[in-house]
Amino acid sequence: MLSRRRLLPLRVAVWAVASLAALPLVVVLSSLLHPETAVWAHLGEHVLPELIGTTAALVLGVCAGVLLLGVSLAWLTAVYEFPGRRFFNWALMLPLAMPAYVLAFVQVGLLDFTGPLQTVLRGWFGADLRLPEIRSLGGAVLVLSLSFYPYVYLLARDAFASQGQRALEVAQSLGLTPAQGFWRVALPLARPWIAAGVLLAMMETLADFGAVYIFGVDTFTTAIYKAWFSLFSLPAATQLASLLVLAALTLMSLEQWQRGWRRYTPTGRSQVVRRRRLTGWAAAGACGFAALVLAVAFVVPVAQLLIWAIEVAPQDLDARYPAFIGRSLLLAVLAALLVVGLALVVGYGERRIRDRSTMLAARIASVGYAIPGTVLAVGVFVPVAWLDNGLIDVFGLQTSAVFKGTVAVMLLALAARFLAVGLQPISSGLNRVSVNQEQAARSLGAAGATLVWRLHLPLLRRSLMTAALLVFVDVMKEMPITLMTRPFGWDTLAVRVFEMTSEGEWERAALPAVALVLVGLLPVIMLTRTAEGARAAASGYAGATVTEVVR
Amino acid sequence: MIGAQLQLDAVRVGYGGKPVVTDVSFRLARGEIGCLLGGSGSGKTTLLRAIAGFEPVMGGEIRLAGRVVSSAGQAVPAHRRGVGMVFQDHALFPHLSVADNVGFGLRALTRAERARRVDELLALVGLAEYAHAWPHELSGGQQQRVALARALAPRPALVLLDEPFANLDVGLRERLSYEVRELLKNSESTALLVTHDQHEAFAMADTVGVLADGRLQQWARPYELYHEPVNRRVAEFIGEGVFLTGRVRADGCLTLELGEVVCPRERDLPVGAEVDVLIRPDDVVHDDHSPVTAVVRARAFRGAQFLYTLELASGARVQSLVPSHHDHRLGEAIGIRLELDHVIAFPRGGEGAHQPAPAECSVPTYRL
Repeated sequence: MLSRRRLLPLRVAVWAVASLAALPLVVVLSSLLHPETAVWAHLGEHVLPELIGTTAALVLGVCAGVLLLGVSLAWLTAVYEFPGRRFFNWALMLPLAMPAYVLAFVQVGLLDFTGPLQTVLRGWFGADLRLPEIRSLGGAVLVLSLSFYPYVYLLARDAFASQGQRALEVAQSLGLTPAQGFWRVALPLARPWIAAGVLLAMMETLADFGAVYIFGVDTFTTAIYKAWFSLFSLPAATQLASLLVLAALTLMSLEQWQRGWRRYTPTGRSQVVRRRRLTGWAAAGACGFAALVLAVAFVVPVAQLLIWAIEVAPQDLDARYPAFIGRSLLLAVLAALLVVGLALVVGYGERRIRDRSTMLAARIASVGYAIPGTVLAVGVFVPVAWLDNGLIDVFGLQTSAVFKGTVAVMLLALAARFLAVGLQPISSGLNRVSVNQEQAARSLGAAGATLVWRLHLPLLRRSLMTAALLVFVDVMKEMPITLMTRPFGWDTLAVRVFEMTSEGEWERAALPAVALVLVGLLPVIMLTRTAEGARAAASGYAGATVTEVVR
Repeated sequence: MIGAQLQLDAVRVGYGGKPVVTDVSFRLARGEIGCLLGGSGSGKTTLLRAIAGFEPVMGGEIRLAGRVVSSAGQAVPAHRRGVGMVFQDHALFPHLSVADNVGFGLRALTRAERARRVDELLALVGLAEYAHAWPHELSGGQQQRVALARALAPRPALVLLDEPFANLDVGLRERLSYEVRELLKNSESTALLVTHDQHEAFAMADTVGVLADGRLQQWARPYELYHEPVNRRVAEFIGEGVFLTGRVRADGCLTLELGEVVCPRERDLPVGAEVDVLIRPDDVVHDDHSPVTAVVRARAFRGAQFLYTLELASGARVQSLVPSHHDHRLGEAIGIRLELDHVIAFPRGGEGAHQPAPAECSVPTYRL
């Protein structure tokens, strides 16, 4: 065993990373301690009640939506056999490839008054026909549910696949019908996994900025953005962010708390499950339902995106695009390298030191997955502004900004947000290196750096690649942090989507969106290919939760 | 037959049109404990699942208390059979307390009746003080007993146990198999278990069926299976033993390869035929005064006994169980003699077996 003294540098490094990740959070939360009364008076009177109501309704609505879609689809594909089941089994995860804001603007384009659907319906049923307005709270709930149900589907499906059939059999051997078996045994047994999926979907909903902005629904994230960029009031943005953080931390603690339940729920041995064959109407219904969800959440939107993209490509695909793509790639690569490096420090430190304080540091480092990007943007900008002002005062610089508005600030915020995404595959990769393997290597004379170089890194290669890929893809798709902290005029593909959608130019937004969907397909393919890949990719998607589950 | 709680007639089960087990027929009387014994892939679990109602049968009939519950193309759903099942991994519900697990299948009862029945069963399995514990707080053996109590609670017509001890320590297995047998007997249950472990089968069951090559080879009491196997397959599967070559004399007795003679009860083997004679380790007795000697080639210490592998003058090998104070070295020649109570002989090459007589054999002991 190494002495405590020799582990000290590692311990310091782990805590440094954790502090970096926690900094934006601390900054935002500390603003709660000295509230600005003028700001609060204004907010409390005009904004807050409605903001809280809308945000809560949105989050709860999506909770119900993903529960309904995710659990029903998971049960069908895990326990029954019906035409197309093998296809739907993986295809139902495809909506993960599409950022919620992309699905949002495509659906608005498809379904609003001037869109193709209503135009066709008016042709058939007369000009007086009105569908409910899609740009509404209801529309946002619907689209975000279609976007986030795969979290619940993925987790519930694995739980059902490993124990659903068994649960039914046990229940039947005790005299319950299959339907009673579902409600009384299979569902309660899968509850921890379902809850994990639902909580992830709720966190994503709380964090969503792009989609609600397109729907014109005012939630905390859009309010923070508007306070800062329309009202130019950073204090108001910070105060709003502090409330949003409280909500996000509440969801995160719920998620951590319910994780404990899973420990006692065995997933059962992987046995050859013989699915129950559906016939006739039941089979057609199952197939039709899965096909409908897939069509609305993925196939039709992608087709529409492609049509729009091809339409506008001749005029729109100009010299600016190489720059959009170049910046997106540069940002994603830099963030991926940074996150993998930081995650390696934390993961390795956690494994080597194995004490409570280091475990705590690792938890703190992972907290960003629960924190909305708008909050992190504010939380990074504020201390950087202090630092800049300090530097300018001390050195008497002739500039208005040193770090403000640089790529470094963006990277810091992105790293804080996605550290958990990188840490998860690396931690589980390290956990697969057994202590005995390490001791065998030591007994053969490899220690210290040699041990890391000759044993850990080769064994971790896949995990590192996975981590890098997941962070890369997430950063490509990320909108609010990039939007709010980017250097002036530094537009990426995601920012381009934002700008086109804020002008209602759905067709022109389709072009960058297609690129983002293609990139987004990478981890989904990985998720569907191998069990190993599934584990890794799921971990990235679901932040810090899923690996533990899919294990 | 009246009184058969479970009856299988020419049952065929399998997956995807391919039968795994064919032509299985047996009966289990009320209160009897049966066991299906077979290696992995022998179809024993498939058969058990067909009886539970989780698999359809391709042919034949399964009757429970006289009622046909499975036949080709027809099946009473599992939840209407009144068949309890103890699963291999216990499959306790982790979200329910021990008492709620046991009471799970008692929906028809009032709250008070249910509580009484749960108490009764927990007392029966000796876990009364664990009623409010959670499944994960119990040891493997305790979980096993909760699973049994849960299956017994609705008073099923039949209890099925799927490899009930497979997930437990070897030491625990033996103790529990006797305990579970007592529990089943005390509750007057009819039970059928499957296992690959013959010691477990012998410890638990009144009647044991050997499944091999897709068929039920023999359905008999453990004693008969060991001493009177109906064919080579069963003889090889049950217990230890070797075959020595013999030839049938004119009087129906058998000359073994070394010249000694044993006489089966029924002397109906074809005269002059070559046969294989089953020699169990307990048939070969160590005797210092015996003129016949064999060389110790291998020895396994088993505490009270040694299992010696001995080489005869002909080069053939037999095994012998010898009290462990007879400690002989490898290569040492020791005196032995044959004490065959039941002469089991199978004609060479043929599948057909010589049926041993059911009554006690009175074959004289011949010197080897």
